Amino acid sequence: MIANIGFGLLVITIVTSLIAVITAIYGVTSKTRAMLETSRLAALSAFPLLSMSIAALITLLLSGKFEYVYVYQTTSLSMPVYLKIAALWGGQQGSLLFWCWLLSGFTFIVLIRKWKQDHDLLPWVIVVTNITLFFFMVLVLFFENPFLKYYIMYNGEVITSLFQPFHAITAHPTDGSGLNPLLRHYGMVVHPPMLYLGFVGFIIPFAYAIAALIEGRTDDRWLKATRRWSLTAWLFLSLGLVLGSRWAYDVLGWGGYWSWDPVEISAFMPWLTGTAYLHSMVMQDKRGLFKHWNVALIILTFCLVIFGTFLTRSGLFSSVHAFSESQIGPAFFIFIAVMFVVSLGLLLFRWSRLSSGYQIKSFFSRESAFLYNNLLFLAIFAICLLGVIFPILSELFTGQQVTVGPQFYESAAGPLFALLLLLMGIVPLTAWSTSSARNLGKTVWKPALISLIFPIAAVILGARNWIAVIAIWLAALVICVTLYDYIRSIGLRAANHHEPWWKAFLTLTTRNRRRYGGYIIHLGVALMGLGIIGIEFFQTQTQAMLKLGESLDLSGYTITYRDFQIADTPDGRNVARVEISIARNNQELKVVYPRIDYYYDSEQAVTIPGLRTTLADDLYVILVDWEPVTSEAATIKAFRNPLMNWFWIGSIVAVFGTLLALWPSRERKLNTKEAA
Amino acid sequence: MRGKNLLIISMAIVFFCFATPVRAQEITPTVSDDEVNRVAQELYCPVCENTPLDVCPTKACAQWRELIREKIALGWSEQQIKRFFAEQYGGQVLAVPPLQGLNWIVYVLPPLVVIGGIYLAVTIVKRSRKSVIPEKKDPFQSPLPAPETVMKQIEKDLHKEE
Repeated sequence: MIANIGFGLLVITIVTSLIAVITAIYGVTSKTRAMLETSRLAALSAFPLLSMSIAALITLLLSGKFEYVYVYQTTSLSMPVYLKIAALWGGQQGSLLFWCWLLSGFTFIVLIRKWKQDHDLLPWVIVVTNITLFFFMVLVLFFENPFLKYYIMYNGEVITSLFQPFHAITAHPTDGSGLNPLLRHYGMVVHPPMLYLGFVGFIIPFAYAIAALIEGRTDDRWLKATRRWSLTAWLFLSLGLVLGSRWAYDVLGWGGYWSWDPVEISAFMPWLTGTAYLHSMVMQDKRGLFKHWNVALIILTFCLVIFGTFLTRSGLFSSVHAFSESQIGPAFFIFIAVMFVVSLGLLLFRWSRLSSGYQIKSFFSRESAFLYNNLLFLAIFAICLLGVIFPILSELFTGQQVTVGPQFYESAAGPLFALLLLLMGIVPLTAWSTSSARNLGKTVWKPALISLIFPIAAVILGARNWIAVIAIWLAALVICVTLYDYIRSIGLRAANHHEPWWKAFLTLTTRNRRRYGGYIIHLGVALMGLGIIGIEFFQTQTQAMLKLGESLDLSGYTITYRDFQIADTPDGRNVARVEISIARNNQELKVVYPRIDYYYDSEQAVTIPGLRTTLADDLYVILVDWEPVTSEAATIKAFRNPLMNWFWIGSIVAVFGTLLALWPSRERKLNTKEAA
Repeated sequence: MRGKNLLIISMAIVFFCFATPVRAQEITPTVSDDEVNRVAQELYCPVCENTPLDVCPTKACAQWRELIREKIALGWSEQQIKRFFAEQYGGQVLAVPPLQGLNWIVYVLPPLVVIGGIYLAVTIVKRSRKSVIPEKKDPFQSPLPAPETVMKQIEKDLHKEE
């Protein structure tokens, strides 16, 4: 009954989304107010309808109705309640429904808040968002339905169907196969919703951009109306990526957080173009520049959002054959192609109207720096795209399967990331309009000189890799320039207004949240950069089979195998755990318990590391294997990841900076109150 | 003749009894896990998707790591082992595609992207400088500002943005 209601609501939603699109187009072209109102109400109805459908699916997941395919595949009796709820996005069908629900929610918020304000653009926003919603609803209803049920046919064959076939009885499995054990981690519980919030969030600025192009409104309105949306989407996408990295670090037992896996890259690509777009929109806002760039970047980001979902959902990474066998792959491909061609066509159609009166005058001006920034992000994106699609193209055209691993990305994109750090370091001190290398040098030399302390310290501490030393200097340059500019501004304000420094700091920060929010994000990124440099250039590792009481040495640490335990747990796991003592100079620092959890329901093992973490380094110990009969010997692998913690600290700093930039200014609050 | 045959058989027995264990003893202790992992991390599991061989938890990968250990013990170089795995299990076991056929794209395209980016940057700025449209008086316009002026302007900018 509950499933039937959930399914019925999905059918109504696909109809309302279609009505919203048709009535919006008809309403705009015929200038019929009633049609536009119908379109608005139809678009608004999607959110409550999908909310109820989602509630129906959650009820099935929580009540353990294993006769439903999705419930059987993603839950089991032993799973805790929070994981049963997280199972909503733990499988293909649920995650696509969740995607639709988020999109309907975002459209709902825009329509409630902006209908009067942006009445000329919003009908087209409805068209874009509801075409997208319609497409995803088609996938959910006809290809990946979460309400399918198991039936046993008269000949004993088990089939899945939405409705009961003739002469068939419902199958009633006593337990489900459970959520993939790798996904049973807080990072993975929160990571998909964050990523999806980021993905779907970028659809709103894209819809506004398309609406502006169709209406011929090539001014800044669409950009300003969606600035906050874009930043919020970027925040969620960044959070999704960082949480995914944390999950990989804690669960995969690879000793790292990022492996340049195609699934990771498919989420990273829209982040790259989205970040370029966020920077580029500052130029349009302040100088009226980069209008073409901004439209092109948001179109690209939208297409990459769909492309990312397509890549991870179509089975294309497994092989080209899996793609051709996948039911949703070709549909996705056609949708992306149509949206890209139509959007690009619109951009070209309005190209001349998007021209800017303001020009770039110098190679060293701030405007130029933002241009280089855009190009660098796009170059990194192009490299990522090549790495992701090349194995597919190779298999398609030559029949040969190839792997494009981390070495490719690191060697091709690494120098570009370094240039980005350099730009991030000098841009706060570049002048608008006309500038020269000499002027730039005169403003940058002081913080640049201070920043040399970092690489010198690294060399004194033993760093001999010159690429690593340069990378450290670049990260330090960002930190020093940002702090230098911040402190200088605080000093100026304190002197001019006769204020104490802390008051000057608070006033500056709260009065110009966008600028200083951006500065804090840059600081966070530089700190993350230190973490990346630490693990990429200075990671050390060792592995050996140890008998009880034996030790391993790694970069000054002594890792001693002390005990082994193996036992079943009430939640359906078999846990094999070793006790490892970490010592330095004969002094015990910590005892860690790396383990391997074997999940009986899904017949999968998960390697959980033992971790000793400090600001200087992480010691990451994993249990690789053990002597099965006597358990006296175990194979232990240990990694030392210098500066790793700074990656996580930096990400928190960057999130704080984004929240600061997002926080509404006093003027905006007043305007909102007045409008109310 | 009979005595000669007996001698050969007994020599063969002695050889097979002692030679095999000696070889095993030589392989196992001399090649460490670290040496094996150094090669294994450059190879990908032929079965699992995008999983380096050194961290792959499957039994099959454990056996492949043992195979690497044997090859190292036999004196094979890293390149020889990689080639062996590529011949046995296909090109996808290599972390980067070998330099042949269509794979050249992977090596040629990134530098071309960078060159294209530099060209674009220079062209855009140059073209933009040529077509400067007369605008309102700009405090930065020629003559080039002295450093102090630049500093003052930055400070002004800061205050403006406040």
